[in-house]
Amino acid sequence: MSTTTTTKPLPEHPDWLWHNPDPKPSYDAIVVGGGGHGIATAYYLAKNHGLTNIAVLEKGWLAGGNMARNTTIIRSNYLLDESAAIYEFALKLWEQLPEELDYDFLFSQRGVLNLAHTLQDVREGTRRVNANKLNGVDADWLSADEVAKVCPIVNVSPDLRYPVLGGTFQPRAGIAKHDHVAWAFARACDRMGVDIIQNCEVTDFVKDGNRVVGVETNRGRILAGRVGLTAAGHSSVLAARAGFRLPVQSHPLQALVSELNEPVHPTVVMSNHVHVYVSQAHKGELVMGAGVDSYTGYGQRGSFHVIEHQMAAAVELFPIFARAHLLRTWGGIVDVSPDASPIIGATPVENLFVNCGWGTGGFKATPSAGWVMAHTMATGEPHPLNVPFTLERFVTGALIDEHGAAAVAH
Amino acid sequence: MLLIPCPHCGPRNETEFHYGGQAHVAYPDRPDLLSDDEWAEYLFFRDNPKGLFAERWVHGTGCRKWFNVVRDTVTYRIEAVYRLDQPRPELTATTGGAR
Ligand SMILES: Cc1cc2nc3c(=O)[nH]c(=O)nc-3n(C[C@H](O)[C@H](O)[C@H](O)COP(=O)(O)OP(=O)(O)OC[C@H]3O[C@@H](n4cnc5c(N)ncnc54)[C@H](O)[C@@H]3O)c2cc1C
Ligand SMILES: [Zn+2]
Repeated sequence: MSTTTTTKPLPEHPDWLWHNPDPKPSYDAIVVGGGGHGIATAYYLAKNHGLTNIAVLEKGWLAGGNMARNTTIIRSNYLLDESAAIYEFALKLWEQLPEELDYDFLFSQRGVLNLAHTLQDVREGTRRVNANKLNGVDADWLSADEVAKVCPIVNVSPDLRYPVLGGTFQPRAGIAKHDHVAWAFARACDRMGVDIIQNCEVTDFVKDGNRVVGVETNRGRILAGRVGLTAAGHSSVLAARAGFRLPVQSHPLQALVSELNEPVHPTVVMSNHVHVYVSQAHKGELVMGAGVDSYTGYGQRGSFHVIEHQMAAAVELFPIFARAHLLRTWGGIVDVSPDASPIIGATPVENLFVNCGWGTGGFKATPSAGWVMAHTMATGEPHPLNVPFTLERFVTGALIDEHGAAAVAH
Repeated sequence: MLLIPCPHCGPRNETEFHYGGQAHVAYPDRPDLLSDDEWAEYLFFRDNPKGLFAERWVHGTGCRKWFNVVRDTVTYRIEAVYRLDQPRPELTATTGGAR
């Protein structure tokens, strides 16, 4: 872990990232939704499966959804085996992607601290550290003093309402610059011949019996052998169009940044109990987030008291933030599943596949979600990593109950 | 912050309430007869419309009563509030509605 990453000069924005082609009348495969997961799916369809006559259809602009609204935390320290496997696979991909995509998207392995404030938190944290180690995920349990060594600005005084009793630390975790990640994948897709089509909203599906054969869009009908939905907060709206239901609820999730500050925060700190998570972007903003708004919503904004709550938590944990100023707040629409785990695989409609339910924590999984979704679409069979994450698990009862099991939901 | 008109207490801040999800989801009449698919529907599948949505709220720090709300999930505007013993009012979407 080092702070040098926050002071090195920012890379130049490369020109000519991708073209803006008109849609062709037909493709071998179509990916609906140009967020991180959609663009990564297209990348691995082309790279791993040789499918290049494909298109990503995005109703707005590339990464205009959750992809460039998230707080960019990347980690793999999940409790359950199924989750640890898919998130750790993603982390390994993150470690090679800057070179593979030839694009420095500021992936910074500055570690993630998950603080414990109650005896229950301590038990959960130590258990998770043990589970992580058994799954080959780097993890350590730190005492409060050790927490202060990793992140000196955290208030570890026993006088807090919820004092810091320790925490878990994953050194390989970190952050990346989310919009650059999307652009890096997009440039690579474009070079392999993938059509990235923005301002193209899918409004309906063309079916032959129970088989999908194309989509209707605001730019006309486009036929396709296979269709993959990677529409995050709008997944259930699209599923309803295709004639089936998904067990997800769309909620606003907000985040915020301060104005630019000197580098003060060397790592990422998450606290489930007082509920805030904070990192400092390379440019210097403090980036903070917390939980979803309780109600469902498609408005990309939430209620102010949720922001107030996370600011109170932040100032308690980091007294030095008291004089920082809030610069911007925003919201995304996250699709939360009943067990807080994603749904990736086949749907009741033939040749229509879905990747959704990543809720508040799917940025970190961008590469693995794309990898397994591409595998599922190309071969018609799930990749071993997404076998457990089927839609059927809500019928069989084989849930992957990360709700309460993971460090926090992000 | 939503301003929620409790049918018993009048308009109050959202922070006085808790959200209860989709309204009108009845407990199955004969749970012993339900198939696995029907159990899955009852337990895990809820409507998630972009537009009007009938949902439950409880006035936790007020009268502590549950009631129903029809809210537009795009504008967040509350279009109707009604007691649990009243039927869902018929409304037509003013915004995105059936999109
Ligand atoms: C405030 C916030 C903070 C978060 N913090 C973290 C974090 O720290 N770490 C983490 O791992 N995750 C985090 N997440 C979650 C993460 O952002 C999401 O899980 C992930 O981005 C979802 O995948 P995506 O990038 O493909 O989604 P999106 O970028 O939302 O992509 C979906 C795309 O589908 C498009 N679309 C929808 N309907 C249609 C249609 N009909 N036709 C065509 N296109 C359509 C949308 O316009 C959108 O661009 C956060 C999310 C938010 C909102
Ligand atoms: Zn009341």
